[in-house]
Amino acid sequence: MSVWRAIAAAALFAAAPALLAGEIPPDARRSGYSFMGPDTRAMQDDDTSNPGMLFVLEGEALWAKKTGSAEKACADCHGDARSSMKGVAARYPAFDKALGRPITLDQRINLCRANHQQAAPLPYEGRDLLALSAFVAHQSRGVAITAGDDPQAKPFVEQGRELFMQREGQLNLACTNCHDDNFDKRLAGAPITQGQPTGYPLYRLEWQTLGSLERRLRSCMSGVRAQAYDYGSPELVALELYLMSRARGLSMETPAVRP
Amino acid sequence: MPTTRRQFLSLAGGITTAGVMPVVTLRPIEATPAMLNTAIRNVVGEAPIRTGKVKLDIPPLVENGNTVPMTVSVASPMTATDYVKSIHVFNEKNPQPNIGNFYLTPSSGRAQVATRIRLADTQKVVAIARLSDDTFWQIAADVVVTLAACTEEMN
Amino acid sequence: MPALINVPPKARRGEVIEIRTLTSHIMETGFRHTADGKLVPRDIITSFSCRYNGAEIFRADLFPAIAANPYLSFFTVARESGKFEFEWIGDNGYSSTASASIIVE
Repeated sequence: MSVWRAIAAAALFAAAPALLAGEIPPDARRSGYSFMGPDTRAMQDDDTSNPGMLFVLEGEALWAKKTGSAEKACADCHGDARSSMKGVAARYPAFDKALGRPITLDQRINLCRANHQQAAPLPYEGRDLLALSAFVAHQSRGVAITAGDDPQAKPFVEQGRELFMQREGQLNLACTNCHDDNFDKRLAGAPITQGQPTGYPLYRLEWQTLGSLERRLRSCMSGVRAQAYDYGSPELVALELYLMSRARGLSMETPAVRP
Repeated sequence: MPTTRRQFLSLAGGITTAGVMPVVTLRPIEATPAMLNTAIRNVVGEAPIRTGKVKLDIPPLVENGNTVPMTVSVASPMTATDYVKSIHVFNEKNPQPNIGNFYLTPSSGRAQVATRIRLADTQKVVAIARLSDDTFWQIAADVVVTLAACTEEMN
Repeated sequence: MPALINVPPKARRGEVIEIRTLTSHIMETGFRHTADGKLVPRDIITSFSCRYNGAEIFRADLFPAIAANPYLSFFTVARESGKFEFEWIGDNGYSSTASASIIVE
């Protein structure tokens, strides 16, 4: 090792003492956008050609629509989402004091439905929940991610980190083996990304529809031949929370487009 | 025991192969070049098809065959007497050879259409333009479709 | 179903303008099978048209090879102020419309 490299490594340690082996330092964190080709980037960049915007449009209509036996719309409490929801998704999953655990944006929407609208919960990965969460998260586009900063969330961030580092499935791979140690390499034709969840819910060309981060995590789990956790399970929420805290400082992109 | 890079890559290759196989088996019979030819003749009839005038912008290597951006443009003045009547796009290996037919008028101003298409496999895409004098012009492009890693199985 | 329509709000007379449309549709090919081997029936948009102050200026026949949530871009000469009307027609009686206005100076 050269002297300069040793100094650079020492400087890195000094600058980021909390960084654990194998983790990506803040200034090296990159959105999945930077791993895509120009055609897919162009699709995301232009709102009139980004198919994720169709869901944002649907979410905007749902936001203003009265629902449940309380006959209330989201807008009746939260007003104009452009101001009231700006930055909210960048903080999710967020610690819920009443429940004593972190909840995702999807779960927050369903809690609002139960407590304030007296409406049935929207099913995970259903069109309405995706549309509403896309509309809410879209208001945070460009806002830096800060999820996991809440001290009460820390034990759950740690739980998520442990899950991220833990080998699983018949292929015995952990998330970290691909997304910390081997990003920028390729798996078949596709680049391995850092797995930064900056644009969820996002439009995946493979899915040909919008999907949640939980759907993406579950398909990674099937990929390593592991039993995927259920939607809304504490493990998926903890993983989601860790991933968002790991993406700290990156900008929200919802609705992103990915291959 | 820590995984070596070589072991990791071989495992990683395993994911891809295993993940992609069910998709391959779900794929029905592909359109054969004969079907492509028949589909083209259904539009063109017996008229000769010349090469030229048509431009097909499509990525030579696509990230996902489910959504491939494509633009077809035709060199034409687009006047009342000299314009492009229609643009027809075909593929070689999807289950069906047709992709789209697009009908223009002299008031289109520019003979250009763009859409997003599905390509089941690495294959040829053919674009044919019918001009107002009923001549046909074509262009073909080869597109390599890469297979995504960890493809979700259909359920 | 919602649609995203992009027509310039204003144009000069005689200017060639681009029109872009994006609409929500699954575009189920009719060639896929479920895990238990059943064929998923075809459900696609088969036809799209655009009228400019009543006159058809663009039409398209779509096939299963068009990607989900069909995107179309095409051009027209801005002749006069007025309205563009878009119509998507598909399997199982599917029909959807949208419109956009333009001021031509």
